[in-house]
Amino acid sequence: MIVLGFEASGLVASVAIVEDNKLLGEYTINHKRTHSKTLMPMLDELKNRIEIDLDKIDAIAVASGPGSYTGLRISSSTAKGLGMALNKPIVSIPTMDGLAYNLWGLKDYICPIMDARRNQVYTGVYNFDRDKMHIVKPQSVLDVNDLLSYLCEMLDESDKVAFLGDGVNLHHDLIIEKLGDRAIFAPGHVNMNKASSIAMLGIEYLKEGKTEEPNLHRPRYLKLSQAERERLDSGKGILEPSDG
Amino acid sequence: MCNLDKDITILAIESSCDETAASVVKNGREVISSVISTQVPIHTLYGGVVPEIASRKHIERINQVIEQALTEAHKTLDDMDAIAVTRGPGLVGALLVGVSVAKAISYAKNIPLVGVHHIEGHICANYIECPTLEPPFMCLVVSGGHTHLVNVSGYGEYEILGRTRDDAAGEAFDKIGRAIGLGYPGGPKIEAAAKEGNPNAIELPRAVVNDNVYDFSFSGLKSATLNYLNSVEMKGETVNVPDVAASFQKAVVDALVSHAMLGCEEYGAKKLAIAGGVASNETFRNAMRVEAEKRGIEFFCPSKILCTDNAAMIGCAGYYEYINGRRDGLDLDAIPYLKLGE
Repeated sequence: MIVLGFEASGLVASVAIVEDNKLLGEYTINHKRTHSKTLMPMLDELKNRIEIDLDKIDAIAVASGPGSYTGLRISSSTAKGLGMALNKPIVSIPTMDGLAYNLWGLKDYICPIMDARRNQVYTGVYNFDRDKMHIVKPQSVLDVNDLLSYLCEMLDESDKVAFLGDGVNLHHDLIIEKLGDRAIFAPGHVNMNKASSIAMLGIEYLKEGKTEEPNLHRPRYLKLSQAERERLDSGKGILEPSDG
Repeated sequence: MCNLDKDITILAIESSCDETAASVVKNGREVISSVISTQVPIHTLYGGVVPEIASRKHIERINQVIEQALTEAHKTLDDMDAIAVTRGPGLVGALLVGVSVAKAISYAKNIPLVGVHHIEGHICANYIECPTLEPPFMCLVVSGGHTHLVNVSGYGEYEILGRTRDDAAGEAFDKIGRAIGLGYPGGPKIEAAAKEGNPNAIELPRAVVNDNVYDFSFSGLKSATLNYLNSVEMKGETVNVPDVAASFQKAVVDALVSHAMLGCEEYGAKKLAIAGGVASNETFRNAMRVEAEKRGIEFFCPSKILCTDNAAMIGCAGYYEYINGRRDGLDLDAIPYLKLGE
């Protein structure tokens, strides 16, 4: 099975193609947020380098959220267009699951965090039992203090938790303050959103039949738009929630 | 130039504001299918277009809309000679959905990609409406986001004579519509209310912009209308909504018509067209027609469905760009403040 993966939910733009358990190639740029201009040329370059015909792909995996709304829209729209034109299904991979998968096999807890503004973070908690990733706390949007309180309560004295994602720098001091030496930080080469993790998880999802028709795929923002939140807060209804 | 003996079939995609649209257009002017999925009921809840909600709705609907346009045209992607997509101006998150999907389809199917300017699309709606219309002509584009007086000297050749200095005409309609309690969208609601009102009941200013006679300004008119509403309220009287609607509408139409006529006279235009959402306003259409005919100028206006945002007009504009040799690459980006001719 061959899966094409996209990750554009944050600062990183990343494209990968995997065949079964082999990463055929990955193109990752952690530079500027110009995903709209760079993502497709990156796919083209990768496709040409590994000499693959896009018709050979079995599914398109995409980090489907949470993350930057604009980044999610670019990657999901790209996946939807490819899915329609190639008649291939889409696999939606939760962004936090993809990040945690970067640290495959770690014996400690894994806590990806991405900035969700207003002191909130997109996060989740994961661990591995040998080669199998377990979701301890599914991805959600939390106040960073609530996340750290949760971790303080959940962790034993001897447990460690590895942090990664673009929200780490922002909250680094607070994490140390709350968790002390129970917090460890992933090094740069795995401390970012990678399409290879999305595509490898995509293979697993595809085996389990967890696919979506391209026309039904949409990002999972985990947050309503501000206008919808304000309207709900004022006690009024909305026609249909725009959140995934 | 391409070989014009062969039919050119274009799939067009438009997602710049609150309509998700796709169309199949043959040889620029023959609309084989045109699908528009509107978000107006959702945005009405908020009194105007909410960009984040618009972007989210586009991505949910874009594939269905494209597939429906192809199905209705009895075509597949393999029948397409090019894909045309609105690349700006508009809401960036909304534009990105159409641009990203179009690039992906173009790449996967190896179909040439043509980025289209939204205003150029509105102007080209006139080519669809009137198959014999050819440049040169004068065109007044009036919508919720744009008020442009454009001298169309050739296919794809535009000279902007004037534009609004503040609010677009349609934006002014929306703001006054809210102020007199009619709600969103203001254009059609004011037009309906104005039918029962006296257009001369309230004296409102017609703004003149000093350094460019072709430029528009609607903020003074908007303030004067709001001041009038305020003064009536202060006196404890009831606002006559139809009179306000009719007087305001007349003031906007007068400004639009006078600018267009001035442009036609100065440039010796023999043909005049209108385009954009506000061009579906009957009072505006009639006033333009009457004034144009008085001067012996041939008048063109698209049917109402072609005035609102649609993809057929993007397919038409895309056709002329395509035969002029325009091809966009995989790095095509959405540009929210794209200028005409850029």
